[in-house]
Amino acid sequence: MALLEIKNLTVDFATATGSLRAVDGINLTIDEGEIVAVVGESGSGKSVGMLAMMGLLPWTSTVTADHMIFDGQDLLNMSDKERRKIIGKDISMIFQEPMTSLNPCFTVGYQITEVLAQHFGGKRRSYNNKAIELLNQVGIPAAQSRLNSYPHQLSGGMCQRVMIAMMIACQPKLLIADEPTTALDVTIQAQILELLIELQKSQGMALVLITHDMAVVAETAERVVVLYAGQQVEQRTVKQLFKEPKHPYSEALLNALPERANDKLLNAIPGVVPGQMDRPQGCLFSPRCEYATSICKEKSPNLNDGILCHFPLGEESLKVESQ
Amino acid sequence: MLRFLINRLMLLVPVFFGVTLVAFGFIRVLPGDPVEVLAGERGLSTERHAELLAQLGFDKPIWQQYLNYLTDILHGDLGTSLITNRPVVEEFFELFPATAELGVCAILFALIIGVPAGIIAAIKRGSWVDQGIMSISLTGYSMPIFWWGLLLIILFSNTLHLTPVSGRLSFLFDVPPVTGFMLIDTLLSDEEGSFLNALHHLVLPSIVLGTIPLAVIARQTRSAMLEVLSEDYVRTARAKGLSTFRIIGVHALRNAMITVVTVIGLQVAVLLAGAILTETIFGWPGIGKWIIFSVFSRDYFAVQGGLLLIATSIMIVNLIVDLLYGLINPRILHQKSKS
Amino acid sequence: MNTETTPATSIRSQQWKEFWFYFSVSKTAVAGLIFLILVILMAIFADVISPHGPAEQFREYAKLPPSWMEGGQAQFFLGTDYAGRDMWSRIIHGSRMSLLAGCVVVVLSLSIGVLLGLIAGYRGGWIETFIMRVMDTIMAVPGLLLALVLVAVLGPGLLNAMIAIAITYTPSFVRLTRASTLTELNRDYVTASRVAGASPTRLMFVSILPNCMAPIIVQGTLSFSTAILDTAALGFLGMGAQAPIPEWGTLIAENRDLILNAPWTVTFPGVAILLAVLAINLVGDGLRDALDPKLKRS
Repeated sequence: MALLEIKNLTVDFATATGSLRAVDGINLTIDEGEIVAVVGESGSGKSVGMLAMMGLLPWTSTVTADHMIFDGQDLLNMSDKERRKIIGKDISMIFQEPMTSLNPCFTVGYQITEVLAQHFGGKRRSYNNKAIELLNQVGIPAAQSRLNSYPHQLSGGMCQRVMIAMMIACQPKLLIADEPTTALDVTIQAQILELLIELQKSQGMALVLITHDMAVVAETAERVVVLYAGQQVEQRTVKQLFKEPKHPYSEALLNALPERANDKLLNAIPGVVPGQMDRPQGCLFSPRCEYATSICKEKSPNLNDGILCHFPLGEESLKVESQ
Repeated sequence: MLRFLINRLMLLVPVFFGVTLVAFGFIRVLPGDPVEVLAGERGLSTERHAELLAQLGFDKPIWQQYLNYLTDILHGDLGTSLITNRPVVEEFFELFPATAELGVCAILFALIIGVPAGIIAAIKRGSWVDQGIMSISLTGYSMPIFWWGLLLIILFSNTLHLTPVSGRLSFLFDVPPVTGFMLIDTLLSDEEGSFLNALHHLVLPSIVLGTIPLAVIARQTRSAMLEVLSEDYVRTARAKGLSTFRIIGVHALRNAMITVVTVIGLQVAVLLAGAILTETIFGWPGIGKWIIFSVFSRDYFAVQGGLLLIATSIMIVNLIVDLLYGLINPRILHQKSKS
Repeated sequence: MNTETTPATSIRSQQWKEFWFYFSVSKTAVAGLIFLILVILMAIFADVISPHGPAEQFREYAKLPPSWMEGGQAQFFLGTDYAGRDMWSRIIHGSRMSLLAGCVVVVLSLSIGVLLGLIAGYRGGWIETFIMRVMDTIMAVPGLLLALVLVAVLGPGLLNAMIAIAITYTPSFVRLTRASTLTELNRDYVTASRVAGASPTRLMFVSILPNCMAPIIVQGTLSFSTAILDTAALGFLGMGAQAPIPEWGTLIAENRDLILNAPWTVTFPGVAILLAVLAINLVGDGLRDALDPKLKRS
């Protein structure tokens, strides 16, 4: 049985200007110990989907799904109290901005031991040694003295390590990393990613890596889910996707990688992700798709073997149409 | 942290001198001949006038008078009351505990009710609970507090006979003054029931004096909490699976209170102004009532000394609040170390 | 992006429309505004509206309760005071005093405060330090106390009370304007004006000042309401408007002895103060939300 099974997850936000559909029917299945990447631009709903599963969205959101099951438990209909027993313990999440994601008023040691005391009971202080162990595990030097440091005394990379330590403290089965390296220096990015992979192996946890960087996907993940404007457009193994992308968007994302640039120009994708007001009729990607036909612009595509496209790449039909 | 404190102290020094100038100059800008005014005598003969002039030191050049004034202050001499002939400093410190006690009770009242109210309003933002709390607090600081005091006296003292009308303690009790703080003194004395009686007398004045701080603190707590609740670290706390109580009461509140502490500091000046009115209405024998009396009875040395002492007390309290702020804000307490 | 130049007047009217749109979102602010306008009308037409003269004494009807209570009379809506004067008429006329006090105080403290703030922020150096330390000194003494002392020097009376209160409010305007000026000084449009050869006065008043107006207006409204409260406080203490001027605070003071026998003489003037100040505060909140979304207290 899969560790995590999400089917047809939809998230709507109530805003002053009407309802906004941030996530539209995405499916995700994760097995134990797997590394899956969730890729998309800003506004693709990649973070929102995961936050919805954790129950971390604000009250203006409405979450619906066919089912959302983690480790045999129904996440969708769970009470808040029961959910709190799981998150931070069996499912954990680390966030994009490590410096603002740690509470400035409490020491690093406090924040790490807190989560241990919450889920395993007992006095917070009794977990101090465990905290030191965790800090060592994530590669923070002088861990003993670091226990008493405050977040503002640490660099961005260190803060992210602290966050990781905090979130793997209870040995979760699933760790969600929401753009963990986006806010960090390039040199630190590689270190943090390496750390995540290492921990994933040693702890045997499943890892969901949310990112907009295809290069990161290539280096770390086994499977990848591509999102666009809240919809899931493609879900393949990384090898398959990179060799033969089937959705025009995936192809465009890969082409946008610096390595694949022609001469001096990068292959940027023209246009922007549709917002609340300018959602096109038909396929959401059609305004920016170089293969778009009149059918694409009128009718929304259905899932074609996991690909959300009327004319998936590499199929016979497309070669005929685009002549 | 130390640097922070020293910084604050440095800013206070010119202000302190400024206040001494105001106090010093105040007597000298009064209408009429200052000698006559201060002596309280009319129709002075020229010899008497010259005598008094020399006595008061007004025959010397202005800058010298100011220096003398400063020296006197540093020796703790702020003049003698024209009415009671006692040193102003003595009168002030005799009455100060009454005002301090009232002020502390008022602030406690404001905090105990205001902070939870602000938190609840923030959590239930937009609901009728939130709007109700905010409307009440808005009404609270739109009220003239002297009228509010009178109203409560009419209701609770005159009509319902639930609280005493004035004073700190029923005259039936004989409690020797040890600290000047009635709550402490009554506990120290062996008069039975005097502590409760003192508490009873404190209720209405504390409520009246604490109403405006209550309203301000409720509003400030609410907006601080709203800001904090939308911060990333609150989301992290939620992601850790912490209980709602812990998230709000520990993680959010701790950060929100940093802002609120500065507000409390500002309220001290408001409290002292309010004390003037509250003490007048409740016949509370404190600094406020004393200074009003001094202004009316033209006891100018008392007013001058009182002005300086009150301003200095406020400055000291503000300094303590700044210190408190520095202690609870880790960014100031623990400066960024070399990582 | 519209490349045609739109005339200045239509930009202004659009700003007004936008402002009114945001302002009217808050129903309480609009309610406050309506009430405030009513009070202003009441003050202007006091002579016409009030059933009796404010100083007219009806000795035989002294200390009458309000008309709906036992012993009250219809012609004296809110009862009479110790000298037989109609409370309702006195309160109506008192609105003039309070509104006048609010206006004078705000006009004085705002104009002087903004001017000093502009100069302090713009010139910097020892001028700035001097002005700010003076303001700090004023702020070190609680407002009411300073006003009291000033009135002791100047002599009691409504005008002197207003001047004294205005002095205690000036520092907040100075601080506010200086802070805004310092922020605006770094902006490009100021540098551009300077390069174009604009004089300091022109820079300060024409370029910088309009961009600082939002917090100044909000503070002005707050000061207006506090001024009414402080004037009433001084009146209550006997240092403000002197009897028989029907200033609301003075009304409470002169009837204080009647608190046991005729509590309405003390209650209603206070209600008047409360309602007027509440209305102004509601308008002030609405202004703040409308003028600067960043200040919006969600």
